[in-house]
Amino acid sequence: MRLWPAIWAALAAAALALALWARLPAGWLWPPQAMHLPMAGWITAGMAWLTDTAAIGPVTFKDLTRGIAAVIEAPYDAARVLLVDGITEGKGRKATVLVPPLSWVAVTVAAVALGHYAKDLALGLLAGALMLYLAVFDQWDSAMVTLASIAIAVPLGVAGGLGLGIAAWRWRWVERVLSPVLDLMQTVPTFAYLVPVLVLFGFGPVSALLATVIYAMPPMVRVTLVALRAVPSEIVDFADMAGCTQTQRMRKVMLPVALPDLMVGVNQVIMLSLNMVIIASMIGAGGLGADVLASLRRLDIGGGIESGLAITALAIVLDRLGQALAAKAGGVRAAEGSWPRRHPRTVLVLAVILASGVLGLLVPAVQDWPKDWTVTTKPFWADLMEWINVKYYEQLEALRVWVLEHVMLPVKGFLLALPWPLVVGVATLAGWRLGGLRLAALAVALGLFLAATGLWEQAMITLYLCGVSVAIAMALGVPLGILAASSERAGKVIGTVVDTLQTLPSFVYLIPVVMLFRVGDFSAMIAVVLFALVPAVKYTAHGLRSVPEELVEAGVVSGATRWQILRKVRLPMAVPMILLGLNQTILLALSMLVITALVGTRDLGQEVYIALTKADVGRGLVAGLSVAAIAILADRLIGAAAKDAKARLEGGT
Amino acid sequence: MKRMTLATAAALVLSGGMALAEVKSEDPIKLTLHDWTGQLITTQIMAAVLEEAGYNVELVQADYLAQFAGLETGDLHVAMEIWETTGREAMDAAIGKGGVVNLGETGMLAKEEWWYPSYVKEQCPGLPDWTALNDCAAVFATAETGEKGRYLGGPVTWGGFDEERIAGLGLNYEVIHAGTDAAMFAELESAYQRKDPILLWVYAPHWAPQKYEGEWVEFPAYEAACYTDPAWGGNPNATHDCGKPSGPIWKVGWAGLAEKWPGADKAIRAFTIDNDAMGAMIAKVDLDGQPIEDVVNEWMDGNQATWSAWIAQ
Repeated sequence: MRLWPAIWAALAAAALALALWARLPAGWLWPPQAMHLPMAGWITAGMAWLTDTAAIGPVTFKDLTRGIAAVIEAPYDAARVLLVDGITEGKGRKATVLVPPLSWVAVTVAAVALGHYAKDLALGLLAGALMLYLAVFDQWDSAMVTLASIAIAVPLGVAGGLGLGIAAWRWRWVERVLSPVLDLMQTVPTFAYLVPVLVLFGFGPVSALLATVIYAMPPMVRVTLVALRAVPSEIVDFADMAGCTQTQRMRKVMLPVALPDLMVGVNQVIMLSLNMVIIASMIGAGGLGADVLASLRRLDIGGGIESGLAITALAIVLDRLGQALAAKAGGVRAAEGSWPRRHPRTVLVLAVILASGVLGLLVPAVQDWPKDWTVTTKPFWADLMEWINVKYYEQLEALRVWVLEHVMLPVKGFLLALPWPLVVGVATLAGWRLGGLRLAALAVALGLFLAATGLWEQAMITLYLCGVSVAIAMALGVPLGILAASSERAGKVIGTVVDTLQTLPSFVYLIPVVMLFRVGDFSAMIAVVLFALVPAVKYTAHGLRSVPEELVEAGVVSGATRWQILRKVRLPMAVPMILLGLNQTILLALSMLVITALVGTRDLGQEVYIALTKADVGRGLVAGLSVAAIAILADRLIGAAAKDAKARLEGGT
Repeated sequence: MKRMTLATAAALVLSGGMALAEVKSEDPIKLTLHDWTGQLITTQIMAAVLEEAGYNVELVQADYLAQFAGLETGDLHVAMEIWETTGREAMDAAIGKGGVVNLGETGMLAKEEWWYPSYVKEQCPGLPDWTALNDCAAVFATAETGEKGRYLGGPVTWGGFDEERIAGLGLNYEVIHAGTDAAMFAELESAYQRKDPILLWVYAPHWAPQKYEGEWVEFPAYEAACYTDPAWGGNPNATHDCGKPSGPIWKVGWAGLAEKWPGADKAIRAFTIDNDAMGAMIAKVDLDGQPIEDVVNEWMDGNQATWSAWIAQ
């Protein structure tokens, strides 16, 4: 046991010495030119082949993808007719509305009814109130555009995830193929595959929808697989004995039993789809995402916050409704009688839709929330920003300079001075220690991949920015998590703040951060910390709360103080959970990199962003895969460490 | 006989329909929207004019440079603002490959240069002449740049040769690249509120030079030779020892446009608007917070004679 700490210490000392004094021959600091593989060129060429010449019989590949796009566009257009456009004649400015879309009254009543159906009136009123927020703050039209695309993206993501999950459950080889693909879908930054999607599926809302689905689907696949595995084998056997065919067994027995678990996956798809709203709006999805971007471009911070909170409002409505439906699923329905009697809410909603549609023709206020009734907080936010800026800039600037000079720049300098074989070697050694030969082999492979991309310097800057941000996020998040777990009230307050941070698009706070801290790494770091803080808090609180009461009581009986219980009982027991939180924090930090490229960082995220603006498929994917390589390596190493910690706790050593 | 007439009538109707389709396709003409207000206004005006002429128009969000892929294949049809200063290279490349044609100037002139707020002159009275910059490096310096002055450049993707300019002119400055123009102007707004010195890349037509009082730095005037020939200019050993080029903003379209919608092609080529009119409209949208649609409608109502002439061609 004493040997390994000594080895790590020696390695650290050697690294420091190398970074400080050594003058390395060329090819040792950064991988030599000879190692670089022109992967970007290969990918671009492959993509060109796919779009220009690839064909299945007489149908070219591009026709195929365009056909798929057309198929998806049809329901999307239908959703838009229902929520946004209505049925119109003519196009553009000259369009006249024949049948209006659903009025704000109808949609709000439908939200209340759905909440009441899913749980109780309180939930219904919450959903209704949030819909009213959209109307009062003049976000209605954009919110309905966003809702229309979410309404298509979520079913697509759920159906696709369910199908792949079932296939992976039934055939082992599908799972084996799918597993690394899912890893990539979750770790390659979205910007990296926007261009290929655009080329294949055309410019427009369909590409944005598909990019959203790619991003939001993986959790559904994973949840489906886990949920189906968790179905008790007795139930499966029983279905077989009853003479079910495979399809019947899946449809009538397994899926209903797994439904509550599956709804967790649905929930994830909804949340992730809303996370994509901003990025999707960059390639033509419109809606709230486009409003956030447009507001911030003219430095209308209040406008950005209002639109951003509208996204949060939609997320809360869909999330709460989804969770309530999940809790309800599996319950029994008992109502009897004629159809209208069994479905009073549906009848009510239909009646309101009809009534408000007709009434709206006479009283426009019923159809569209009148402009005069809208409220805005824009001047308040502008004044607040100016007040902070003028009054506290010097203190903030002092803080920025101190952190930059004492933390960020030294770390950056250190990482950039490390020879690359040492970095790969340390990762491999850690892999071997934590997860045996397999993990060591993975570390070598991913390290060499990074070396061969020719993006070593950007990868090291990525490591530095993420490393510092994750360290700060953990330093803030773990104490907050402890606080949240210590009392119910603190838990509620912190929980609300953290949930808002997670659904509020990071763009909304990126621009104010730049106003206070200038363009550069420090602003990027703050944005990453704000976003990546969430799992650190959540997992810590969850880990502390789930420590068995007997253990805590044993501590109390033996006379330990609160502080001692926390330090000696609760925290050690929560370590595996906190490590999982660290894992998620790292993944979120990496996923924020592309966004921070927008405030001028020079890391892999910037590389992906440049490739996006130049429509360079290969360059973007190579940089994206490099981010994925770092993410996967970190994920596996920490996962192995968590397993190790858990085993040690349970083994009692 | 009766049968015969019917068939003839059908043929007539058919051929009539086809003749019409040759002149004017009902398919929507796709115009691209980017992410700055001026371009949105230009494009929406063009769209409104084409709709007045009876065409179907679709507005598609597309990235400024990524859109050329779509224009080459005919997925997209018209891009209303390609700036000489930032888009020339991509435009020339696309035209070279075929599939894309230049539809002429918009009438607006793009200007991009180093810029500072007027109050900076109190601390650096030598401005706007560029030779004063080195004396004032300390005024613009920050913790990261040390003794060097800090110049906030545009996103890396905008190009602009500022590093080369600094080397060529021997300036004691460092370029810090903003990732987006929103981040860049956020810093300007922040510094302007505090009356702190700042030196950055500003371009026009844009709302910033309308909202903030300030001036462009005056570098040796740009000539094509300055960027290619080291011997040109004050520094005999370096290129880029001059200011940035300014030039027209171009309209660009898919090569098949003139064949499919000949009338629209002519109207788009005829479109012109000047910097002042555009600047005023941008200010209405970005500074007064008016919706773009309202500003476009107002222009359409006030300039009927102008746009009618474009369609009539």
